[in-house]
Amino acid sequence: MPMTYFIAIILVIGVVAYIIGRQRAAVHTGGAVKQHSRPHYHAWWAFLLATVPALLFLIVWSVGSSVYLERHIEAQLPPQTADSAVPNRSLELGLVRSLANGLRRLDAATLDKLPATFAELQPMLVAKGVALAPDTQDYMIPVAVETNRASDGLRLTGGVIGLILSLAGAGIAVRGIQPRTRARNNVERIVLWALLGSSTIAILTTVGIVLSMLFETFHFFASVPLTNFFFGTVWDPRFAAAGAGDSAGQFGLIPLLAGTLYIALVALLVAVPIGLMSAVYMAEYASRRVRSIVKPTLELLAGIPTIVYGIFALVTLGPFLRDLSAALTGGTPFIQAQSIFTAGLVMGIMLIPVVSSLSDDIITAVPRAMRDGSLGLGATRSETIKRVILPAALPGIVGAVLLTASRAIGETMIVVLAAGVAANLTLNPFEAMTTITVKIVNQLTGDLEFNSPQTLVAFALGITLFVVTLIMNIVALYIVRKYREQYE
Amino acid sequence: MTAAVGTLPVAQAPARRDIGLKRRYAAETRFRWYGRVAISIGVIFLAVMLISIVSKGYTSFMQTSVLLPITFDAKVIDPQDKRATDPSVLIKANYPNLARDALAARLGISPDDKPQMAALKGFISDGVRTQLRDMVVADPSIIGTTRDVWVLASANIDSAYKGQIDLGVAETNRKVSDKQVGFMNKLRDEGVMAGKFNTGLFVNGASSRPETSGMGVAIIGSFYMMLIVLLLALPIGVAASIYLEEFAKKTRLTDIIEVNINNLAAVPSIVFGLLGLAVFINFLGLPRSAALVGGLVLTLMTLPTIIIATRAALAAVPPSIRSAALGLGASKTQAVFQHVLPLATPGILTGTIIGLARALGETAPLLLIGMVAFVADYPTTPLDPATALPVQIYMWANEAERAFVERMSGAIIILLVFLMVMNITAIVLRRRFERRW
Repeated sequence: MPMTYFIAIILVIGVVAYIIGRQRAAVHTGGAVKQHSRPHYHAWWAFLLATVPALLFLIVWSVGSSVYLERHIEAQLPPQTADSAVPNRSLELGLVRSLANGLRRLDAATLDKLPATFAELQPMLVAKGVALAPDTQDYMIPVAVETNRASDGLRLTGGVIGLILSLAGAGIAVRGIQPRTRARNNVERIVLWALLGSSTIAILTTVGIVLSMLFETFHFFASVPLTNFFFGTVWDPRFAAAGAGDSAGQFGLIPLLAGTLYIALVALLVAVPIGLMSAVYMAEYASRRVRSIVKPTLELLAGIPTIVYGIFALVTLGPFLRDLSAALTGGTPFIQAQSIFTAGLVMGIMLIPVVSSLSDDIITAVPRAMRDGSLGLGATRSETIKRVILPAALPGIVGAVLLTASRAIGETMIVVLAAGVAANLTLNPFEAMTTITVKIVNQLTGDLEFNSPQTLVAFALGITLFVVTLIMNIVALYIVRKYREQYE
Repeated sequence: MTAAVGTLPVAQAPARRDIGLKRRYAAETRFRWYGRVAISIGVIFLAVMLISIVSKGYTSFMQTSVLLPITFDAKVIDPQDKRATDPSVLIKANYPNLARDALAARLGISPDDKPQMAALKGFISDGVRTQLRDMVVADPSIIGTTRDVWVLASANIDSAYKGQIDLGVAETNRKVSDKQVGFMNKLRDEGVMAGKFNTGLFVNGASSRPETSGMGVAIIGSFYMMLIVLLLALPIGVAASIYLEEFAKKTRLTDIIEVNINNLAAVPSIVFGLLGLAVFINFLGLPRSAALVGGLVLTLMTLPTIIIATRAALAAVPPSIRSAALGLGASKTQAVFQHVLPLATPGILTGTIIGLARALGETAPLLLIGMVAFVADYPTTPLDPATALPVQIYMWANEAERAFVERMSGAIIILLVFLMVMNITAIVLRRRFERRW
């Protein structure tokens, strides 16, 4: 019986407990003793007591039993030797597991007289629509059968215990319904725990990000030395597969990091002046009518998905710039269709609304008195802005630029489409360079094998990216917050 | 008395000190112009981008089709007359030949005219195979009859018909021969070749032929993902915000949670893809390319947005509401859930829709969890392989054929329309229901 049935039954028990609880509580209404909680609180308490402990138990049980099953399978497999048919333990476990899943599709009669070799078994499975890896071995068949038996047993035991817990919870709650029972407080306590639990998901996500990437990164550094990754200047992961021994040094981070920073720099050179000037104009000069039209229009830029920018750069802007440069020199184009300049320009445009909305907040936060003082002394508006407001807002603007830079570094789709894939080290902005995010996408699309350094390097790149952007964000948020406090 | 009226020195206008007013006003004007130019650059870029996409993509909503009187000839479909015993004959039959013969008949080309017949090759889309097969399998009695059927022209003919192929180029350098252009013009003049509304773009799955490929699978995949994001991110986000805004005391833990949420909102989206790959696919063993995994990843990504918006909406509800509820004897939970939350709903919904819109356009994390897949069949559950709208756009962007660029631009238009509808809904909600206290 699959786990979902047990869950469904537990939910049904909960609903029944709710209904009975409500009726039992309603009996007391208008009685001699004043009720502490209204009937539906009793009903909810019955529902919660019938379902929550049982479901929590089922979750713990299924996690625990899958760990146990893994051990159980591993104990039955022959020990790993150099000439094992399947060289890798986790691969072997995966094969057994998919075989076990495949066997579940067969009917009972077939299972009773299961062939001993995989060669005979495979066509029977294919007939049921189960495709298995050809390197499944004969000795795995009894192991898979045993796995299925053990997991069925575990599931049944767990499900029955869950049902008992559910019934017991329902019984306790329903029997406990008295006029003075504090059902509301009980329900509210659980609600509060649920609220707290939801808010910790944010922390769990961060922990998940860090742990998962660290884990895979350690795997990666088991095969590639740390220094070769962080200080290597050559990025060429493909050859690492062929030559196992001398493969190190091909996963150099430097060209990718350089490309990332270069493109981000170009983007900032576009976005910061334009964004800042638009924010200043919008805050200080534009009439209400102009602002009400222009502001949402600029914000549209922020609402357009980045892939659209990437495609615009790839299909329209890149070829246009290439042809333009060819026309200028009258022959060979000096701007390549995929280049740092194109990617940075498009990314910069994308970041305009980010800069302008952040700096808008910051500029309007500068106290009125400073502005009035400067204007009163006879400064023109632009002088006030340049000599008073902007210097006063400078820390905040630095924070905004940092936040924008972290967006630029983490941006993916624009660079995937517009920056190129060749890991160059160049200073010419009209050539192609590649970035960390492009390489993460490159290494992880297509057929994956989770144990090769080619795949794992993506996680090392990912954690580098995460750490860099995290530091920038923390510093930026700190500056912005400090700045806000200053004027509050 | 005569007073000597001396010649008083004529009052001279005091010589104005040159304080550089002219220069300063010029600087002022220049500064204003910088602002105007900055804004115009943004607006012009937006306009150019939208115009370039629309001008490349609007043609994709029409697909060139030909009305052919197709004779379902039993000799072609079932030459050995075995269909009564072996139904697979109907599946394997050579349907494109039926269409080719019908086209030849329509154009008055004799089957023996080899060069003319050769030019017919590649005129009709190969998708006609499934189209006619489905007709015959659905109703085998049409074998032997003649029906008028609209069939798709091939992608090259479609491009030529729409005027996207420069016919001035030498014949060998373009994909449509002069003979085919002749056929095309003849059919058009006879009124049997026309652009018809391209429903295939909306309902078809992946295909290696541009004219029969569509984004049906991507729309369903995106729909599943949005549903998952809505079902998970909205309750969790609202619950988290209620806790942080209404219940949490200022402790170390809540401080950490706050900083964390602000940071998560700024983590690059691709990192969430890595998380999804490592945790959901590698560790929990969920299937690759599944909408479920995509939905979970997008949920984690959208949560901070929803939390930040919800907290702002909750904070905007004045404390007097809470005090009044508490004063009448409501518990803290009752006050929050029955009084504060309903008043904050418009703000929460607006934030959620904006978060969903961002999730709908997100591509990078989905690439990592294997949504870049050639999926021809509709996913029936969120566990089946699927693609998403922006991923479909990305995949078409990587195709070499020109006709895919047209489809891609059409898909972008559709995506932008979806996003626009969502954002307008959010704005309307805000305008309609937002209360100023």
